[in-house]
Amino acid sequence: MKGFWHDAAEFFPILMSGVVLTIVVTIGSLLLSTVLGLVWAMMRVSGIRVLSLLSASLINVIRGIPIIVLLFYLYFVMPDLGVTLSALQAAILGLGIAYSAYQAENFRAGIEAIDKGQIEAAQSIGMGWWLTMRRVVLPQAVRIVLPPYGNVMIMMLKDSSQASTITVAELALQGKLIASSTFKNTNVFTMVALMYLTMSIPLILLVRHFEKRAGKK
Amino acid sequence: MIELIDVHKSFGENEVLKGITASVQKGEVVCIVGPSGSGKSTILRCINGLESYDRGEISVEGLKVDRDAPSIVKIRTQVSMVFQRFNLFPHRTVLENVVEGPLYVKKEPSAAAFERGRALLAQVGLAEKANEHPPQLSGGQQQRVAIARALAMQPKAILFDEPTSALDPELVGDVLGVMRKLADDGMTMVVVTHEMGFARDVADRVLFIDGGVIVEEGPAKSVLNQPQHARTQDFLRRVLHPL
Repeated sequence: MKGFWHDAAEFFPILMSGVVLTIVVTIGSLLLSTVLGLVWAMMRVSGIRVLSLLSASLINVIRGIPIIVLLFYLYFVMPDLGVTLSALQAAILGLGIAYSAYQAENFRAGIEAIDKGQIEAAQSIGMGWWLTMRRVVLPQAVRIVLPPYGNVMIMMLKDSSQASTITVAELALQGKLIASSTFKNTNVFTMVALMYLTMSIPLILLVRHFEKRAGKK
Repeated sequence: MIELIDVHKSFGENEVLKGITASVQKGEVVCIVGPSGSGKSTILRCINGLESYDRGEISVEGLKVDRDAPSIVKIRTQVSMVFQRFNLFPHRTVLENVVEGPLYVKKEPSAAAFERGRALLAQVGLAEKANEHPPQLSGGQQQRVAIARALAMQPKAILFDEPTSALDPELVGDVLGVMRKLADDGMTMVVVTHEMGFARDVADRVLFIDGGVIVEEGPAKSVLNQPQHARTQDFLRRVLHPL
């Protein structure tokens, strides 16, 4: 146990630099997936057949490709097409696109859960599609969408470790590098696991809070 | 003001409106009565463009109702609708519900919209509920807020789709009182209702609809007190003397 604390003190600063990158990748891809997911969901419920079909196809394609393949494609294939991304950019873009499909389905479910009477009431006072969405549907859908959104945040935090496969020195990669150079696998990966857990627990509590609030409603 | 000429509407194989021709004059109160599923609500929803119709023509002040045309927004701001289940926005306060249309559709200045919103809430007897949310109110209060919301658009006519059907019996009177006052003030109203007393006392004309056609129409007292058609007589007997 003494050895663990000694190693913890020694490796903590290096692992913390990984934590910073883990947070950057998670927040960056979360924001991107939210924006893209909202766009896909809006296209899906727009009532315009072409947009709806395009969105459904995009979502299925994205869902059908493993995240790691998407990351490889962005980081290793795109330069062949003349687009060079840094590892961090590719990680944020890849995870953002991958998760946008799940976000879109979550948002769509939230939007479709709103009572049709709400939409008719908005229309009956002259609101157009976008105004109805902005003023009536989306504010109510947020409450429904928040608990699963929180779960997506937790999954993205953990899946940010896949960025290590394209050399982003986030927490998992830092741990792997330390372990392979010191052979202290148990201590290092225990620390890595504890650090992920420490970041996840506030998110788990946040999801519970969202669920309680939605339940009250 | 509102004209319907040979209006047909089907839901799949089921033709619910089979050639409705009717008109509503400015300042007139027209009640539409008839059994459930006869097409009463569908007429209102077609006038407001919430449903499309298959054949015929509906116009409001000469403007053709076409739910896919940009002009539908103008028609909806002129012809408000009050729903059976109120359909208030639960995430907004009572006052915000009332000013939503004037602020965001008609782009009225905020101060003027809120001032008129408060006045309308006072008019329907709910001034003190302005800052509460709809779920905190009784059904009757919610329906009065819905009427205030409709009035806030300063419409030329209001369509009421069974406005008291979802209310507890003791709350019906307050809503009908507000509607009676509107009628007295000269508001053009088309009311789908099962409240025969209200129709007899307040309506200028009554349309009795069954099976998607107008079976009988005329002055309220005449149709409701001395119905000529056997189907109308049967319906009124069942409604007025259910036992």
